[in-house]
Amino acid sequence: MSVNLLKLKIDGVEVSVPEGTMILKAAKDNGIIIPTLCNLEGLAPYGGCRLCLVEISGSPKLFPACITPVGPNMEITTNSDRLKEYRKMVVQMLLAERTHICSVCVANDHCELQAMANQLGVDHVMFERKFTQEPIDSTHDFLVIDRNRCILCTRCIRICDQIEGVHTLDLKLRGKDSEVIMDLDEHWANSCSCTSCRKCAKVCPVGAIYIEGEPIGHTKNKEIAAFIRDRRNRR
Amino acid sequence: MTESTKVRVATIWLSGCSGCHMSFLDQDERLIDLAKKIELVYSPIIDVKDFPENVNVTLIEGAVANEEQLQMLKKARERTKVLISLGDCAVTGNVTALRNSWHHSDQAVLERAYKEPSDLNAAIPTAVPKLLIHARPLHEVVKVDYYIPGCPPSADLINYVLTELLAGRTPIMEGRSKYG
Repeated sequence: MSVNLLKLKIDGVEVSVPEGTMILKAAKDNGIIIPTLCNLEGLAPYGGCRLCLVEISGSPKLFPACITPVGPNMEITTNSDRLKEYRKMVVQMLLAERTHICSVCVANDHCELQAMANQLGVDHVMFERKFTQEPIDSTHDFLVIDRNRCILCTRCIRICDQIEGVHTLDLKLRGKDSEVIMDLDEHWANSCSCTSCRKCAKVCPVGAIYIEGEPIGHTKNKEIAAFIRDRRNRR
Repeated sequence: MTESTKVRVATIWLSGCSGCHMSFLDQDERLIDLAKKIELVYSPIIDVKDFPENVNVTLIEGAVANEEQLQMLKKARERTKVLISLGDCAVTGNVTALRNSWHHSDQAVLERAYKEPSDLNAAIPTAVPKLLIHARPLHEVVKVDYYIPGCPPSADLINYVLTELLAGRTPIMEGRSKYG
């Protein structure tokens, strides 16, 4: 099987990339890291967080790099002043949308949202913060979900479906009202499909799903999805 | 430098735990270098009653949570050239603003704090400033020029920002600032 290589430019550098590759991966393979939050190696891309937006010359639109395949002769910009400004705005909107208080969060110092804010220099939030009253579910023996800290990246939902294969978790409602639910919106303890595999807690980028009594640094594992996928593909 | 040519610096403690001021003091021996360039004209750690006029830099710790603090903040803004939010309570509301999710009147907050936990003789204090309905970060009330996040911000970060400002440069927060 021959692979069709496409020639394109990323940040002015000419690269050759197999057809069908997403811009995010094409950039990464060529040493250019585009900021992401919802994306996770090993899971199908979702395009939800909008941090990976890039510019493609010839189009006034911005494109999410995680779900946009490369095209021939594309000229892609990954880090213009406009993109930097938009990325800071995205992080600010995520921080404003729910109750993100790092100092009292279980994920303090292990949080991808916090790290992203630090990396991008988001030293304040220009939007008025919502102080939410989303339900917390601690009915499960050891898994806890605090929806006030959720950024709706859907990593937990995707790993539950695509890797564990049980699809216990899903989203209800839309927009800012969206909530991660178990089965048909049951308490976690009453979920008949949950296998208590903990993968949701391992990939949660923030402190929304965690394991009671376990240091969060032990729980988090960003490689778990790709690891299981690769092991499965060896068979 | 003579007193008159020094940069006039003030610090204010609103609704916070004083941890940011502790972090300020944690600059340790660097405070001696700082003292050569600045004159501390108002602060919880010096004995000055009124916020003075013509202040160059004011660092403010804590969220705005009551009427008195609101007036204080506005006065400081009027009398200061460069106003800095110091720490997460001033920058985000932080722990001080945790009540925002649950209580939507000053009375409800006071009852939760003074009546509900009390076994006998529960009483809500009256000789204290009226609470604002929600605790707010400073920049939702006045214009803020610089932000130093952190709970508390590290002494290194505070020192970096002050050093840059005193040298006439703009501090760069990418990769330096840190919530929590």
